[in-house]
Amino acid sequence: MRRYSAFAIAREAARYHQGWERAWAAPEPKKKYDVIIVGAGGHGLATAFYLGKNFGITNVAIIEKGWLGGGNTGRNTTIIRSNYLQDPSAAIYEKARSLYETMSQDLNYNVMFSPRGVMMLAQTESEIRGYQRTAHANAYQGVSTEFISPQRVKELCPIMNIDGPRYPVLGALWQPRGGTARHDAVAWGYARACSDMGMDIIQKCEVTGVRSEGGKVVGVDTSKGAIDCNKLAVVVAGHSSDLAQMAGFRLPMESVALQALVSEPIKPCMDVVVMANTVHGYMSQSDKGEMVIGGGTDAFNNYTQRGSFHHIEETVRALVETFPMVSRLKMLRQWGGIVDVTGDRSPIITKTPVQNMFINAGWGTGGFKAIPGSGWAMAELVAKGEPGPLSAEFGMNRFIEGRFIDESVAAGVAH
Amino acid sequence: MLILECPYCGVAAEETELAAGGEAHLTRFGPGSSDDDFETYMFMRENPKGVNFERWRHANGCGKWFHAARCTMTLEVFGTYSAQTYEPPADLIKAIKKKRPDWPGYGAHK
Repeated sequence: MRRYSAFAIAREAARYHQGWERAWAAPEPKKKYDVIIVGAGGHGLATAFYLGKNFGITNVAIIEKGWLGGGNTGRNTTIIRSNYLQDPSAAIYEKARSLYETMSQDLNYNVMFSPRGVMMLAQTESEIRGYQRTAHANAYQGVSTEFISPQRVKELCPIMNIDGPRYPVLGALWQPRGGTARHDAVAWGYARACSDMGMDIIQKCEVTGVRSEGGKVVGVDTSKGAIDCNKLAVVVAGHSSDLAQMAGFRLPMESVALQALVSEPIKPCMDVVVMANTVHGYMSQSDKGEMVIGGGTDAFNNYTQRGSFHHIEETVRALVETFPMVSRLKMLRQWGGIVDVTGDRSPIITKTPVQNMFINAGWGTGGFKAIPGSGWAMAELVAKGEPGPLSAEFGMNRFIEGRFIDESVAAGVAH
Repeated sequence: MLILECPYCGVAAEETELAAGGEAHLTRFGPGSSDDDFETYMFMRENPKGVNFERWRHANGCGKWFHAARCTMTLEVFGTYSAQTYEPPADLIKAIKKKRPDWPGYGAHK
């Protein structure tokens, strides 16, 4: 693989850009792999990358039914933060956030990580108490956050109306090292690095069955034929229940649609990410100038990547109150993704009833920020067969033991 | 926009008038049941691709709970029926089978 650099740009500029290579190969599947990863989204590719980098396992196939990074990895609002209340969440999200800091260098691919700061507005008395509690918890967890005053909110984001009328801004939980990254580049960067390590990324190949013998996984049936494996890692977000059903077990999760939208591009007007959980809306400005907006999920099961129109209306209505200037914006595009939501709104990174089959799912509405940490933890689980420190608390047995990692209260709607 | 006909008041209610209530026909387990049964009842879900039976409430209408059969792949609504039943009505199951010959049938994965 030729490295990307300023020198490479100059070299290619001098020869009409004839020398750029394909970023990753497009091989046909081999008969057998050590590890098959189902799902070439951010989490699946990160799992493959850390399998190779941390454990030297490179006889790996990453199978994708659509195209690389075309699911939720390419459909989120690119927010990265780690200001979680519960210790296991803070640990894995902070691991992910810290890996984002050096990801461009690690992958030799510009993922445009922009630690511009994330603020979560407190707009009710209970939110003030909740976020102060989170700030204190974060201090113990080693996650740098602080609870800031409405005046400081206004300084950081002047376009905001902090006086109400319905929900005045009473403060905010501020994480200065949170921010955004380019979501496609994260998938592409990992894919390029995985391909360089000799892994096979097989797109447009749908898994139609999971084969096991004596309770042990031996391979998968796909639209490109049967492929054998020693270990199987399922990292397919909204379609996890379907894959689990193929293997003969059920998961404690449901798939719903989550939508996002972007406005027409405008001049720079806000250089932080703002989340307002009471009114269900969050917004940031992309480097292209578009206002990137997200809201809440639909309440019913859905696999169509199409959400309900009234959610857009509710999201935009909420944001217009807090950001009056948004009322003049035209919206350019709107889309939906299928997110896998668990009972306690926390992910599952676990062994399954089928031996040597592992599953990483349930990231729900907040998976993008976790990609590197999730891949790190999943690679350890797949390589060693037992969960490591990052994923130990995210087993499925927590539902039977009542040991929830309850972020649904802590994070409100969007997380 | 999802539109369901409330089987009680007969109104064709659109989504903002309704509240989704999750998977239908769960077997309930209470105090004294095993951990496994309780986990299944509380957390494990079918989450099917295709035909799904669910509970809804006509929240901003007559207030009644009812059931709906819906396709999660196309958002097609097959029908709605009363809440006072442990399983979907036979004629509805028959109608769905006619439309979806590949459907394994109600309760196939339970």
